[in-house]
Amino acid sequence: MADHPNTSLPEDRGYLSEHGFRSWALTMDHKRIGVMYIWTTLGFFVVAGILALLLRLKLLVPGPALFSDHTYNVLFTMHGAMMIFLFIIPAIPSALGNFFIPLLIGCRDVAFPRLNLFSYWIFVAGIAVTVGTLAAPMDTGWTFYTPYSAQTSAAVTALSFGLFLIGMSSILTGLNFIVTIHTMRAPGMGWYRMPLFIWAMYATSVIQVLSTPVIGITFLLLAAERVFGIGFFDPAKGGDPLLFQHFFWFYSHPVVYVMILPAMGIVSEVVPVFARKPIFGYKAIAYSALAIALIGFLVWGHHMFVSGMSTVAGVIFSFLTFFVAVPTGMKIFNWIATLYKGSITFESPMLYALSFIFLFIIGGLTGLFLGALATDVHVHDTYFLVAHFHYTMMGGTVMGLFAGLHYWFPKMTGRMFNETWAKSAWWLVVSGFNVTFFPMFILGMQGMPRRYAEYPAKYQALNVVATVGSWFLALGVIIMFANFIKSLRNGPLAPDNPWRGLTLEWQTTSPPPEENFHEIPTVTDWPYGYGSRNEAPRE
Amino acid sequence: MSDNHEAPNGAPVSARLGIWAFLATELLLFGALFTAYAQFRITHAELFHQEHLKLNRVLGALNTLVLLTSSLTIAIGIAAIRRGLQKLLKVCLSLTLALACGFLFIKYLEWSHDFHMGWFPRTNLFFGLYFMMTGLHGLHVLAGMGVMIWLLYKAQRGSFSAEYNTPVEITGLYWHFVDLVWIYLFPLLYLIG
Repeated sequence: MADHPNTSLPEDRGYLSEHGFRSWALTMDHKRIGVMYIWTTLGFFVVAGILALLLRLKLLVPGPALFSDHTYNVLFTMHGAMMIFLFIIPAIPSALGNFFIPLLIGCRDVAFPRLNLFSYWIFVAGIAVTVGTLAAPMDTGWTFYTPYSAQTSAAVTALSFGLFLIGMSSILTGLNFIVTIHTMRAPGMGWYRMPLFIWAMYATSVIQVLSTPVIGITFLLLAAERVFGIGFFDPAKGGDPLLFQHFFWFYSHPVVYVMILPAMGIVSEVVPVFARKPIFGYKAIAYSALAIALIGFLVWGHHMFVSGMSTVAGVIFSFLTFFVAVPTGMKIFNWIATLYKGSITFESPMLYALSFIFLFIIGGLTGLFLGALATDVHVHDTYFLVAHFHYTMMGGTVMGLFAGLHYWFPKMTGRMFNETWAKSAWWLVVSGFNVTFFPMFILGMQGMPRRYAEYPAKYQALNVVATVGSWFLALGVIIMFANFIKSLRNGPLAPDNPWRGLTLEWQTTSPPPEENFHEIPTVTDWPYGYGSRNEAPRE
Repeated sequence: MSDNHEAPNGAPVSARLGIWAFLATELLLFGALFTAYAQFRITHAELFHQEHLKLNRVLGALNTLVLLTSSLTIAIGIAAIRRGLQKLLKVCLSLTLALACGFLFIKYLEWSHDFHMGWFPRTNLFFGLYFMMTGLHGLHVLAGMGVMIWLLYKAQRGSFSAEYNTPVEITGLYWHFVDLVWIYLFPLLYLIG
């Protein structure tokens, strides 16, 4: 970074040169579509986050407070559904994936740019329908279990339609990425010269393409159940509510890997850059992404250990659940081995990447408690599960997303953010996160059930701790976003390669021109030769 | 390094890969329905046997024939345009469209008979599945017809040639898939032993 930061408007704004509504709404530029996804998904992160703060605020006291129990049910349903379908599933793949896949593989756009724009707009249409259902607020929980969801007066039918559209967007984006990665890599970029973020996005896209149609048909069947009175999921008509759960989790378990794999991809990019060392175990990390995608399809039954499943099936699903932890553990060991004897610096992207590793280890290991049949009987549907899930999703995916946002902010916007503020935000986010969610492990072990509006007074102390933690977490996120927005307007101009990265996106300007590269680069080596060959000069 | 070398004659690899990935999603979309069918046929074997007798096998078999023929006509259309025969392509697309209309007309006859007899999706699990599966399949036939009308319009303007015929080829693949789904639906719904 220069000593006298230049904050004036640069002459060349790259892909951001054009202005006006049409230049965004009708763009086929993957970077602009990525930016639109970023704003949309982060918007819902804020909305759903505010809902979470309200929920925590109510849980400050054991008895009735603030709003009715029904409102509590509605709020936690909306918090879950928005965070999952409108934020965390599309947040990294559709937003950062769209922006960076073509840049990292060295091409000018995705394979089907028009389809890409279409994906974005059906995503928005899906959101419109979903948000429209607030007229008859949902109180089913984000899992929409039958038979309740088939009977409630909430607008489940409309919501099914909205989520069907969002799923379609997800499928088409995944399809686009698969074809892009197969057919558009820069000359010389064989499969083993691809950045690991691309391997992760490839595995993610495969899951999106193969699992999302199943939730699509599940929502159609749920809608048909309500509209035509079919009894597929209604035991009174000979149907089977467990069938709904099987369908639902056949999508919704693999989709947690849609959430986590891209974050793992970001960590695989960030760690070697800030440790100045070649990534350790490149092939192991690459193939473990595919292994997670594959095994991830075979573990959905562990969501149903207590809802009625044969012991044999339970044992098999439990075994497979442990098995999926193996490639996950391989990644973590490889990241740690990359750090070993590295020249580590602690800029904000690295801080978030290290937080990911630390928090995801906790989230992942507690997942094994839940995947073990006997322990699960004790802790299922308690706050232990809430804690585990948030350690993997917030401590994992969201930390990965924050790492990616900080890492790529200079490339996306052409400006640097304020590192001091970014670090302060990181302290608040990570400590606030742990104060919020760690007590929930203890509460869960003590038997506090999730999803209840009120709780026995003996659980109050730890609930107060969690609620206070949520305020620090929120403050950290506010500071981070404020830092981003302020830097967007008048941050110092970013150099092309502020972190001295070797992947292709750093070889073009910040922000990149509309065609990404003035000349398509030729790849002669893998992108992780840090500390040895190919080292970019220190600026 | 790009895998996108032009195929000998026909669609580029990207288009082919795209449509095959799309067909994989379609397979899983229908797959869940087939799973539901398998479960309910096991748990309600007697009901399935009784109820399937109410379906008209003759019309079902006729529809199988109609749809198979339409797969043939579109395949001839693709072979034709690869040789640059624009006129034959238009004839084949029109024939495929006509056969698709015929399929939907026969389906309409069947469904109106069912409704007339008071058999609705809510009647029982068999009819629930029957209407859902044939209904979703029918929607796919409709979507395919929409695409073929667009192809016919483009063909009319001479957009396709021996060098460029990607949309025709990938529509053909989609249409074969729709055909294939019906080939499974027919015995599973109409011919339960």
